[in-house]
Amino acid sequence: MAFFDYFRRQPKSASLAKDRLSVIVARERVGTRIGPDYLSLLQQDLLAVLAKYERIDLQQVSVNLDRTGDCDVLELNVFLPNAPVTDAKPAAKSLRA
Amino acid sequence: MSKVVVVTSGKGGVGKTTTTANIAAGIAQRGHKTVAIDFDVGLRNLDLVLGCERRVVYDFVNVLRGEAKLNVALVRDKRIESLYVLPASQTRDKDALEPEGVGRTIEELKSMGFEYIICDSPAGIEKGAQMAMYFADEAIVVANPEVSSVRDSDRVLGLLAAKTSRAEVAGPPVKSQLLLTRYSPALVKKGEMLSVTDVLDLLGIPLLGVIPESKAVLQSSNKGTPAILDEETDVAQAYLDVVHRFLGEEREHRFIEETKRGIFRRLFG
Repeated sequence: MAFFDYFRRQPKSASLAKDRLSVIVARERVGTRIGPDYLSLLQQDLLAVLAKYERIDLQQVSVNLDRTGDCDVLELNVFLPNAPVTDAKPAAKSLRA
Repeated sequence: MSKVVVVTSGKGGVGKTTTTANIAAGIAQRGHKTVAIDFDVGLRNLDLVLGCERRVVYDFVNVLRGEAKLNVALVRDKRIESLYVLPASQTRDKDALEPEGVGRTIEELKSMGFEYIICDSPAGIEKGAQMAMYFADEAIVVANPEVSSVRDSDRVLGLLAAKTSRAEVAGPPVKSQLLLTRYSPALVKKGEMLSVTDVLDLLGIPLLGVIPESKAVLQSSNKGTPAILDEETDVAQAYLDVVHRFLGEEREHRFIEETKRGIFRRLFG
């Protein structure tokens, strides 16, 4: 009912705009402002290292840089499958810990 | 010393040409020899906004191709003695702009004694926009308090940091400042428009000024007279502040808060 909707607090559209923009702007800056393809190179290197120990799916790895205030957070998500590579070195165990 | 300034934004329709016209007029009015160059090849409009469209004979592309001398192509403003316009071509396309020719023209303008060379960028981030910013010492990034404009401005800041002459020689970065236009303090107060602080937080560059939303902008482009010349309006006052700040003077920011209208002005204003 419109009468009750009036009292229900809705987030103001300007703050929604700011939240949406801060996400998209941070994501797009990664490609342009931090060196030439820095993150995709890092992603390739990390993949090469991980591939030595684990059978990993290329689609299941994501590298993100998020900016919150003055702090940059490098986020790395790797999905590790249950069955390890048979000839994996012992180091693979600690990797999953 | 000459200064090359690009007025840029990424998004179209946010007020680049209006800003170029007003800032160029304001700087020239204070006695500095100033030229405004229209880089929007194919869609020239700076001449129209400045009201000199009927006196355009040659254009920027004619100069680049050696079909006209630079001093012949420059159109002198009838109101302000030290203001000149170099119009864009209306018939060619943006491929007519090449770094060598543009650089040569800018050097020639410097040697002619122009103190401020203001480059009005086309919308977008393609060749025309990149040519307009390539030789810049300073940038005025024009944005509206609106999601698509702010996002595009951020992209343009990325280009200013990477695709300019200064960036290529690893010189001092292009000094970039934000001009927030079409600002409505009443909407900001209601939480329905991004505030100056929001936009500054997102873009992380210093604020050159805020231009309030006003019908005076439309009226001045109708007439072909930059709004800054009609000192009564709030837009003129805002652009005058911007010009003073741009020339290095301290001016407190105005038009950010909603002005209280007294009962008398509400009834008779």
